[in-house]
Amino acid sequence: MLLIECPHCGPRAEIEFRYSGEAHMVRPAAAAACDDATWAAYLYLRDNVRGEHAERWRHTHGCGQFFNVVRDTLTDRVVTTYPAGHARSAAGGEI
Amino acid sequence: MKFSGLALLRQSLGGHRGWDRQWRSPEPKAAYDVVIVGGGGHGLATAYYLASVHGVTNVAVLERGWIGGGNTGRNTTVIRSNYLFDESAALYNHALDLWPGLSAELNYNLMFSPRGVMLLAHTLHDVHITKRHVHSNRLHGIDNVWLDPVEAKAFCPPLDISERARYPILGAALQKSGGTARHDAVAWGYARAASALGVDIIENCAVLGIGRDATGSVVGVETSRGPIGARKIGVVAAGATSTIMDMAGVRMPLESHPLQALVSEPVKPCFPCVVMSNTVHAYISQSDKGELVIGAGADQYPSYSQTGGVHQLTLAVEAICEMFPMFGRMRMLRSWGGTVDLTPDRSPILSDTGIAGLYVNCGWGTGGFKATPGSGHLFAHHLATGSAHPIAAPFSLDRYTTGRLIDEAAAAAVAH
Repeated sequence: MLLIECPHCGPRAEIEFRYSGEAHMVRPAAAAACDDATWAAYLYLRDNVRGEHAERWRHTHGCGQFFNVVRDTLTDRVVTTYPAGHARSAAGGEI
Repeated sequence: MKFSGLALLRQSLGGHRGWDRQWRSPEPKAAYDVVIVGGGGHGLATAYYLASVHGVTNVAVLERGWIGGGNTGRNTTVIRSNYLFDESAALYNHALDLWPGLSAELNYNLMFSPRGVMLLAHTLHDVHITKRHVHSNRLHGIDNVWLDPVEAKAFCPPLDISERARYPILGAALQKSGGTARHDAVAWGYARAASALGVDIIENCAVLGIGRDATGSVVGVETSRGPIGARKIGVVAAGATSTIMDMAGVRMPLESHPLQALVSEPVKPCFPCVVMSNTVHAYISQSDKGELVIGAGADQYPSYSQTGGVHQLTLAVEAICEMFPMFGRMRMLRSWGGTVDLTPDRSPILSDTGIAGLYVNCGWGTGGFKATPGSGHLFAHHLATGSAHPIAAPFSLDRYTTGRLIDEAAAAAVAH
């Protein structure tokens, strides 16, 4: 089980959280006007990286907030966490 | 060497020292007509059917590790085809039709055991959706019947159908033609049969890059054992598919998650079929060695670590112990994880890629083992002829652009 540092509540067990997909997915600005391939890429295509992965989590059984986590998908080590809306934190930061 | 009773007798007289290696271990040639990336069951089956059905024998299967070391050797060996949608039912039933004759065809004992797969209904909603599955399956000619609790217990005596059960059993769907097979024998059997037809199986050979010419067509792969030319490349790499496809600049609609399973100490035969419960997410069968084989749910986050959270195993074991109190004091022997490639609609992808010569077979997620023969059969057709088999055609990559998803995520007979 992962130990995840919620930016608002501190370190908590994984079962308090819900994984919510890759972070920093930018919705096409003119969603109604964009072509099907752009929309499909936004909805479905993912980097699925081996290594450090920026992802959204939600503290469902705590503060209820979405926030971002950088986690190494080869080791499952949580590298850093930071609030939603912030740019991706530098890898290897303190937690 | 053909396996037979006579061969066994002859070898037993010689102390079993005369058996050949099951498949050749050649050095890679400079180039092949088809290179399959990934030596799991699906990749080996693809190579086998390329050679046996389509006569394409200048084929290499490249495996980063060893044959049977990935998801093929890590799954819970359940075989069934009781999917809801037309496309999925046709796809998985195509595989189910191939299983019964496969041991004889490959001359390899896969220990295919159609002992029945039972899906339990614990709530009124379960009853509704399960009956819908049964009716849909029957319209597709797929064997699946509804059983009331007494009938379910008659088929599977360990079930507790009393009203005081923690998860009361209101009925069950039973696919009698489903069951199990020995998973690593499937990989070994396909590897042996493909090798005998001329396919080169190259283990310890990681693919590092995909080479393309000025027109964009694939020309080969860079590997840890040197460059290998290829007119066509079939990527069948399960959890590693995104990484391989990235080498050709293709982003995939995949996330690779851990999926865990565990087995108990071996005991005498006590459990006659496969039992699955969608609502409490647990499934269980007894292997021919006597171990209880128990599958857990996928971990929620993507990972390539081949391990998952202990709480996922705990949830599965708790559900099993509630449903079958007689297993409450069984000792668990070992647990492990595999890396499964999940698509957004939880249906697989058998497709060309927009790059000439590059094809992909992936996204089988948490349920690929059952489809191994069908997947290989259909993908071999695609690689050999250049166009998708009608059964595989709906599973193309462009469904994520057109919106024609096959949403087994919502409809699958077991939670993904």
